[in-house]
Amino acid sequence: MSNTFLGMPTLPVFGSGNLNATEPFPKAAHRELGNAQLRANLGHATHTIRDKRLKVVAELPDWEEMRDAGSAIKNATMAKLPALLEQFEANFTARGGIIHWARDAQEANEIVTGLIRATGETEVVKVKSMATQEIGLNEYLQEQGIAAFETDLAELIVQLDHDKPSHILVPAIHKNRDQIREIFLREMEDVDPGLSNEPARLAEAARRHLRRKFLTAKVAISGANFGLADTGTLTVVESEGNGRMCLTLPETLITVMGIEKLLPLWTDLEVFMQLLPRSSTGERMNPYTSLWTGVTPGDGPQSVHLVMLDNGRTAALADEMGRTALNCIRCSACMNVCPVYERTGGHAYGSTYPGPIGAILSPLMTGIKSEENNSLPYASSLCGACFDACPVKINIPEILVHLRGEDVDSQRARVKVPTQMDLMMKGAEWAFSDGGHLNLLEKGLPLGKLVAGRDKVIKKLPGLAGKWTQSRDIPAPPGQSFRQWWAKEHRAPSGVEAGESAEGDQA
Amino acid sequence: MKIALFATCIVDAMYPRTARATVAILERLGHEVVFPAGQACCGQMHVNSGYFKEAHPVVANHVKAFDTEDYDVAVAPSASCVASVSHQHELVARRCGDAALEARASVVGAKTYELSQLLTDVLGVSNAAVQLGSHFPHKVTYHPSCHGMRLLRLGDRQLNLLHSVGGIELVELPEADQCCGFGGTFSMKNADVSSAMMDDKAANICGTGAELCSGGDASCLMHIGGGLSRQGSTVGTLHFAEILASTLSNPVSVTGDVQLAGGTR
Amino acid sequence: MSAREDILNRIASALRDSPATPEIPRNYRRATTMTAEQRLEQLVDRLRDYKANVFVVPAAGAPAKLAELLAGTASIVVPHRLPEDWLSTLLSVGKDDAGSPAVEVDSPERRLTVAELDAVDAVVTAAAVAVSETGTIMLDGSPSQGRRIISLVPDRHICLLRTADIVEVLPEAIARLDATSPQTWISGPSATSDIELERVEGVHGPRTLDVVILT
Repeated sequence: MSNTFLGMPTLPVFGSGNLNATEPFPKAAHRELGNAQLRANLGHATHTIRDKRLKVVAELPDWEEMRDAGSAIKNATMAKLPALLEQFEANFTARGGIIHWARDAQEANEIVTGLIRATGETEVVKVKSMATQEIGLNEYLQEQGIAAFETDLAELIVQLDHDKPSHILVPAIHKNRDQIREIFLREMEDVDPGLSNEPARLAEAARRHLRRKFLTAKVAISGANFGLADTGTLTVVESEGNGRMCLTLPETLITVMGIEKLLPLWTDLEVFMQLLPRSSTGERMNPYTSLWTGVTPGDGPQSVHLVMLDNGRTAALADEMGRTALNCIRCSACMNVCPVYERTGGHAYGSTYPGPIGAILSPLMTGIKSEENNSLPYASSLCGACFDACPVKINIPEILVHLRGEDVDSQRARVKVPTQMDLMMKGAEWAFSDGGHLNLLEKGLPLGKLVAGRDKVIKKLPGLAGKWTQSRDIPAPPGQSFRQWWAKEHRAPSGVEAGESAEGDQA
Repeated sequence: MKIALFATCIVDAMYPRTARATVAILERLGHEVVFPAGQACCGQMHVNSGYFKEAHPVVANHVKAFDTEDYDVAVAPSASCVASVSHQHELVARRCGDAALEARASVVGAKTYELSQLLTDVLGVSNAAVQLGSHFPHKVTYHPSCHGMRLLRLGDRQLNLLHSVGGIELVELPEADQCCGFGGTFSMKNADVSSAMMDDKAANICGTGAELCSGGDASCLMHIGGGLSRQGSTVGTLHFAEILASTLSNPVSVTGDVQLAGGTR
Repeated sequence: MSAREDILNRIASALRDSPATPEIPRNYRRATTMTAEQRLEQLVDRLRDYKANVFVVPAAGAPAKLAELLAGTASIVVPHRLPEDWLSTLLSVGKDDAGSPAVEVDSPERRLTVAELDAVDAVVTAAAVAVSETGTIMLDGSPSQGRRIISLVPDRHICLLRTADIVEVLPEAIARLDATSPQTWISGPSATSDIELERVEGVHGPRTLDVVILT
């Protein structure tokens, strides 16, 4: 197959699985904001990681050059994705790896199940993987009678607590040490009842709990951070050694990787392995990185599989304005700096991918019309902190605005009765598209004073504007607009000496 | 220099004193200020809310108002509106298939400056007390707006100008770089999150002990001021242009009848 | 249509606007600007920051340092081609002194089982290359470093490194490595930041990392 498109153009095929919000973001956010413990935990964690990230990023004199390179490499990857996928496939396969392709979540889950069944095992160990969260693999395996054990500490906490991840790097970021201790005491059979809340003791408890599993597991499931096309190499970036355990000890390794995870060259890793650790955990380098290319005889799993997953990625790729969202390397810097995420946490976003990147990636992968995902692009004040933090320079605010446009257009086409927002925008279009119109309206400004109380502020407005006055006053409008003052009262100073004209009559 | 003032809709209608202060500063420096009469709004609210179709005539109106007028540079006392003019207008025109407007918008955008940018980079103002006679004997903290920081990369331009005002006591705002939660229609669509952000900003401002919080965007200041007012705080908000315009002989009054940044007299 | 064809078709269709392939601006640092001494100093600093134990000794002092580090250790595993003098040191230490460790050699002829590895106290390996700026030691599975499993299961990893193998920046290390070798990049002992985003050492990988740098 060549890189050139010869067939019939296909409509975007959207993804399925854990990509959808189940309720509108404002509603979910309202509930999460009411959880004071959650806000305290998130505030503490996000501030810790922000400071660490800033410190290690400032250490490098060439951070911006690295971001430029990273951004260009990912854009180049997307531009020639079919050829790179085929190149990767050829190299990985030549070294004994086996590649499977999955159009969507269901197909990926079926492939993985089939591969596990073929080994005769009913238990698997897992390295933290966003792709398998996205497709709901654990739940699917459970239905099939296969037990999947999460081995990353945060994933373990979430799994033991029967909870959902709320962050892509630290899925249990919403839990503090006391809550984690309580979960361990409640759910870990073999735990020391005297367990303290010290992070080191909690980590040790996880080590003991999982040690036997690692040493006896026959099948492991992983994701991949990068796939290098020119060599067929896969990479897993981690901290605890659970990744190494899963990637090294079992006989069979099944990796699920999104098709967008490729990098063209092995050399490109020199950029991304500098960008990723500093952006995600705020470390110069993460404790462990594993690389493997197919099968290495005598070293590690001898049965090595890779499932290449679409599940809506091609739909995101088809959106010319939105496709750079696929450049994401899942570092989580955007959510760590996001003022909205910091206050609502990840669960409010519904999808596996929360925060600013999730607010664009989820609707791009599912389509803006899908369930409640059309509320996600609005879950941002467009402050731009995410764009600044993104190691591959994804212009998240611009894509958010683009998707808002897609949503408005899509609603326009489907819903015939205009919303309050539609009417407000229509009215503002009239007022703001002509200075004369605005002037006419401004002549009514003194009327606003009537609405204002004795303290010259407006405290309650009806309808959508009432959302403003739920927590904010509005000053009573002025007696005359600037343009009226300009027309009536402004006199240009006669000489260079002048300058007392405007402020002279303000008080 | 002939400078065209883009007052911005919110300043024009709600905070005329900010635009008048802008005029005063520029005229004090000996420049001629013109006000293109057709101007209304940059269209940012429409764009950021996804209403590109409705934004199109608003953008077209702004471009028309500013490319028919004769001037050297345009200025607005708002980072957010300048960012819209210089970053969004071409985008809107392109999305609406209006290539002619796209080209004209690019010319207007390139000539439009935010006030501190114009003062610092073009007009060479580095000491407001000396060059503008600015005097403002009050304790002030400063909130840098997101679009000034991240879209226009204003850096410390506004803050440096404030530092050079005579008599001022500037106190640092903790977590200054955090968004106040305004975000245009975000403040209504996601009112709860917006309010939570505003609460934290208000708490940080009140913690400084300042009489006033200054900034460069009337919209953010309206949001912060509205929150402070609702909470019963006595801390007001004031655009930095008004502080620069304040002099010993004609001080901006911050007590009594005058409502800060409220536009009333 | 197979899933493979289907997906490749979808991608081609998604890219029918033929987006340009940008040039890659590689203006970041790709070569060292430091002296060997500076790199050594930086590596020591960064590894210690990760809570690794670092020892800088003259090459001739390696046997003595190893003996000292292994005093009281019951058993160790080594890859089959650990440089001759290091290995003989370890073997002789094992022979002469009742208090010294039993040495297991993992080789293609005799691969240790997981259970056997779990029973040893420490592993001694060489390293392919180290990056001073990030404090990273890289193992590539060559015979002086052994299979990935041997440097993973034992709870203590003693890694011997030559100063000639210390580079400053990551691109220099990438240039020295063969992508297709099974690699492990190690930056300190096993750690986690999963609890309140504070880093603590000691989870599933070796909880003690000793790095012996030979000058």
